[in-house]
Amino acid sequence: MEQNVSNIKRLSNPIAYILSVCGFFVLLFMVIGSVYYATVAVDYQWRWFKVPKYFIYKSTITLYAEGFGEIDTIAANKAKYDITVTTDTGKRTYTVPEGTFDWTEGDMVAPGDIIASYEGGWKPGILAKGLWVTLKISFIATIFGILLGIIGGVARVSNTPVLKWSAMAYVEVIRGSPLLVQIMIFYFVLGTTMNKILMMNGIPKLDAEWYGIMALSVFTGAYVVEIVRAGIESIHPGQVEAARSSGMTYFQCMFHIILPQALKTILPPLAGQFINLIKDSSLLGMISIRELTKATREGITTSLQTFELWILCAILYLLMTFTLSMCVQYLERRTATK
Amino acid sequence: MIDVISIYKTFYVPHEVKALVDVSNKIEAGEVVVVIGPSGSGKSTFLRCLNRLETAERGQILVDGVDIFDPKTNINTVRAEMGMVFQSFNLYPHLTVQGNVGLAQKLVRKRPKKEREEKTRMLLEKVGISAKAKAWPSNLSGGQQQRVAIARALAMDPKIMLFDEPTSALDPEMIGEVLEVMKTLAKEGMTMVCVTHEMGFAREVADRVIFMDEGMIVEEGTPEKFYKNPTHDRTKLFLKQIL
Repeated sequence: MEQNVSNIKRLSNPIAYILSVCGFFVLLFMVIGSVYYATVAVDYQWRWFKVPKYFIYKSTITLYAEGFGEIDTIAANKAKYDITVTTDTGKRTYTVPEGTFDWTEGDMVAPGDIIASYEGGWKPGILAKGLWVTLKISFIATIFGILLGIIGGVARVSNTPVLKWSAMAYVEVIRGSPLLVQIMIFYFVLGTTMNKILMMNGIPKLDAEWYGIMALSVFTGAYVVEIVRAGIESIHPGQVEAARSSGMTYFQCMFHIILPQALKTILPPLAGQFINLIKDSSLLGMISIRELTKATREGITTSLQTFELWILCAILYLLMTFTLSMCVQYLERRTATK
Repeated sequence: MIDVISIYKTFYVPHEVKALVDVSNKIEAGEVVVVIGPSGSGKSTFLRCLNRLETAERGQILVDGVDIFDPKTNINTVRAEMGMVFQSFNLYPHLTVQGNVGLAQKLVRKRPKKEREEKTRMLLEKVGISAKAKAWPSNLSGGQQQRVAIARALAMDPKIMLFDEPTSALDPEMIGEVLEVMKTLAKEGMTMVCVTHEMGFAREVADRVIFMDEGMIVEEGTPEKFYKNPTHDRTKLFLKQIL
């Protein structure tokens, strides 16, 4: 959907138009080029080849002896070998591939001796895991955010003081304080008390992840309340009159007439809100949830590839938000045809 | 059937306007009543009070003996018996023509799907629009939309139909088709209250014409008497202006 300020065309000359397009790319290369030049000037060593292992890597499995003892038997088991070891902690059998050990039957072992070391399967790296956590948290928080927002939005436009004022108080309180502070309160205040109560009743305590999801849902929900309210108020009152005059109840009218129509108006601001949610999830690293940002930080402490990993981190967030905004644009086009 | 007993209504926003002042009237079953009057005379407010889209601040309205302003009255059951047609059609834009006619049947009358579809088909045929059953309201002309709106109101099998200037928003060439449907309804014996300036319609089917001005019923009578020999000066002036 191309929307112009007016139909009067500037740059009617095709050459001027092409020059203008070229100008864009020149600008783009200048920005990227100057950043690259600056990093080279400070002697930064770009090592992009080190990056893939943060997504997927081949794990190494190392088996250690658990106590003093000796190798009992080494027996072939299909393509592998069974090594049975008896130590002072008991008898154990390890199944390992050929050529990954250097023992004969009767050898003595001490605790910490390497029994075998071989390559395991492919494993997701720290960034892949972080990406997964970010996606999972954002997805769950989005669903709860929508639920809270719709309930709150419907309450916000009602005439009943208990509903209306609760919704208003919720929105004002949540919008008036920083998300980081709210995350801290959810984890350190609510989390501590709730976990204690859960433990006292013999229920296992909740993960930090769940408190993070709660904080994000409640935060996003407050903004969605206002979006839903604006959507509901954008519906022509005639729609309500038509529905109510045919005998529908308030809630039938709300869920069959108003909300389906409001959805079209609220979709674009809603998408913006959920893009913010994905980005805001980066704050959850503060309560030791290993999402993408925290995973990147941890990756850097081991690799020291600061530039590559932070740029990559940003690109990954960009991919997520861009995909989401594409999906919403598709939805918008579908609802617009009606 | 409808008993209006001395109702008052004042609007305070944007400024104080006395919309209804001591309005009383009695509408019998099977009667077709046409309400006319200059803009701001309270005729729409009067109509909207009949199914409590507006609440009067004083007075009573009894529909089949039920006081509709009584907080204990379940207004939804009263409204289900009163179909309403609006000036701006107010079709649900997110539903097809079928969906528009079928929704309240499903939610309010709890009719099974089969029965609903049958009723919808029959009504669309009646208003002459069965070919457009699967169309979206935005693809229909004003006249077609208003006919769907009438079918939607009729789907509830109402005892009374309220029309709030049903032809005022239509292009001139589409007024006829809507009036035709309304005339058929009137001849079938439907109780109707119509706010409209269509004199032809009033002359042909109305039993009574009510003229309102400044929130009061100034004059009422049969169409012949009303249009030919109005007694009140205000009525004479108004009729001179619209004719």
